[in-house]
Amino acid sequence: MKPERLLPAVTLLGLLVGWEALVRLAQIPHYTLPAPSLVAQTLWQNFPSLAASWWFTLRITFGGLALAALGGVTIAAVFALSRRVEAALFPLAVVLQVTPIVAIAPLILIYVESTTAALLLCAWVVAFFPVLSNTVIGLRAADPNLRDLFRLYRATPWQRLRLLLVPSALPYFIAGLKISGGLSLIGAVTAEMVAGVAGRETGLASRILEASFRSETPKMFAALALLMITGVLIFWAFNALSRVLIGRWHASEQP
Amino acid sequence: MHRRPGSMHAVSEGIILDHVGKRFTVGVAALQEVSLQVAPGEFVALVGPSGCGKSTILRLVAGLDAPTLGRVEAPAVTDRREAATAFVFQEPTLMPWASVFDNVWLPLRLAGVARAQAAVQVRELLQGMGLGDFEQAYPAELSGGMRMRASIARALVTRPRVLLMDEPFAALDEITRGRLNVDLLAWWAERSLTVVFVTHSVYESVFLSQRVLVMSERPGRVIAEVTIDEPYPRTAAFRATEAYQDACRRVSAALVAA
Repeated sequence: MKPERLLPAVTLLGLLVGWEALVRLAQIPHYTLPAPSLVAQTLWQNFPSLAASWWFTLRITFGGLALAALGGVTIAAVFALSRRVEAALFPLAVVLQVTPIVAIAPLILIYVESTTAALLLCAWVVAFFPVLSNTVIGLRAADPNLRDLFRLYRATPWQRLRLLLVPSALPYFIAGLKISGGLSLIGAVTAEMVAGVAGRETGLASRILEASFRSETPKMFAALALLMITGVLIFWAFNALSRVLIGRWHASEQP
Repeated sequence: MHRRPGSMHAVSEGIILDHVGKRFTVGVAALQEVSLQVAPGEFVALVGPSGCGKSTILRLVAGLDAPTLGRVEAPAVTDRREAATAFVFQEPTLMPWASVFDNVWLPLRLAGVARAQAAVQVRELLQGMGLGDFEQAYPAELSGGMRMRASIARALVTRPRVLLMDEPFAALDEITRGRLNVDLLAWWAERSLTVVFVTHSVYESVFLSQRVLVMSERPGRVIAEVTIDEPYPRTAAFRATEAYQDACRRVSAALVAA
C-alpha cells in the first residue's frame, strides 16, 4: 500500500493519542471531556440501545437521500424538458435550499402528523438541491456535436435520452449525490434534534439530547462518534460508486 | 485509378447548392449567393478563411440546418429515411463513456441493428482501419490519431454515399495527418463515396481533392475553383510533383484575393 493511503489513519491515530494524553495528564474530569478510551468503553457498554437509535437515524438518512435522488432527478428531467417550467419553479427550489432546516423543522413537525414522515421530509429538503441543480446542468452538458450526430442518424427521443443524455449527466448526478449524502445525514439529525426525545422510536440525536440532560458526556461523545462514522461511510460509499460507474472514462476519476 | 466528376445529370446522389444564403437569428449573414455542385463519387475540398461559412455549408448539406434563401439538394435533405450521409467533426466527438466498438456501432444501433448483427461489420471496419486490437478501449485510452480513425469508422459503418468532413485532421500532428490523408483516399476509393472536405490547409486540400473551392470572408461565397486533374492513388511522392505545387500556388493566390 502506498504511504499516502495510510496518512488519514496516521493523522486520526495521532489526534486520538494526543487527546487521550491531554485528558490524562491535565486530569480533565470525564463530564467535561472524556478520553477516547472512555468513549470507546461507553460505546461498547451502551451499544444495544445506541444501535437501535443508529438504525433509526440511518433509515431516515437513506430514506431522505433516496427520495432526494428520485425527486431531484425527476424535477431535473422536467426542467431540462422545459426552460419555462424551470424559470417558474427553480426559485422555489432555491428558497427551500437557503432556508435553514432548523427554522422550518418545527413547522414541518406541526403540519406532518407522522414524526417519521416529518423527519424524512426534513432530510429530503436539505438533500435534494445538489442532486437537482447538478442533474439539470448534466442533462444540458451533452456535447453539441454528439447531439447533431444523434439528429443526423434520426435517433428517437428515447434513444437520445438513454444513449446520450443520461450518460452525459451521470458524472454530474454522482457529484450531486456525494454532497447530498452528507447533507441528508445533517438534515435527519437536525430534524431529530428539533423533534426532541419524545416518541417510541428515536434516533441518535435524541440519545445526544438525553445524555446532555443527564450530563453523561461520554455517552454524548459515543453517539457523536457513531454519527461521524456514518458520515464517513456514506462518503466512502459514494466515492466507490463513482469509481464503479464513471471510473474508466470520466476525467474526474483519472489519476 | 483516375476518376472524373460524373455527369451533372445524376443529381439524385450528388449535392447541389443553388443561390443559397444563410443568416443566423442573431442577424449575421454566414453565406451569400453560394452555388456549387458536387458530383456523385467526387472528392471536393472547401478552403477559406476562418468563419467564412465552410462549416455552415456542411451543416446545410447534412440537413442539420436549413438555408434562409435558395435551394439545397443532397441525400440527407431529399431522402430523409436513410442514413446516407455521414459527418466527421473537427473533434473526434466520441462518446467518452463507451468503448471504441460501441462508438462505431452507434449509427447502426440507432437504426435498430442489434450488437450481434453489427459485430462482424464493425470488427471488419476496425481491422481495416488499424483499430482491431482496440475495440474494447475507451476513447481516453487512445491517441489523437486513433480517436480520429474511430470517428471515421463510425462515419463509414452505415455505408454512406456522402461523407462530410469538417477540418477533421486540424488538431493532429503533421505525421499523423499525412498518414490519415493517404488512408482517407484509400477508403474513398474503396467505397465510391462523395466527399466534401473542409480544411484550412491549402496543401491538404490539393493533396486530397479533385476540385478545390475557395471561399471569401464572411458572408461566404465561392470565389474560385481549382481543378486538380491528377490521378489517384496519390502518395507522398505526389507532393513533390510540379502539378501539386502549381495547384497549391493557384489555391493560395485565390485565398489571398479572398
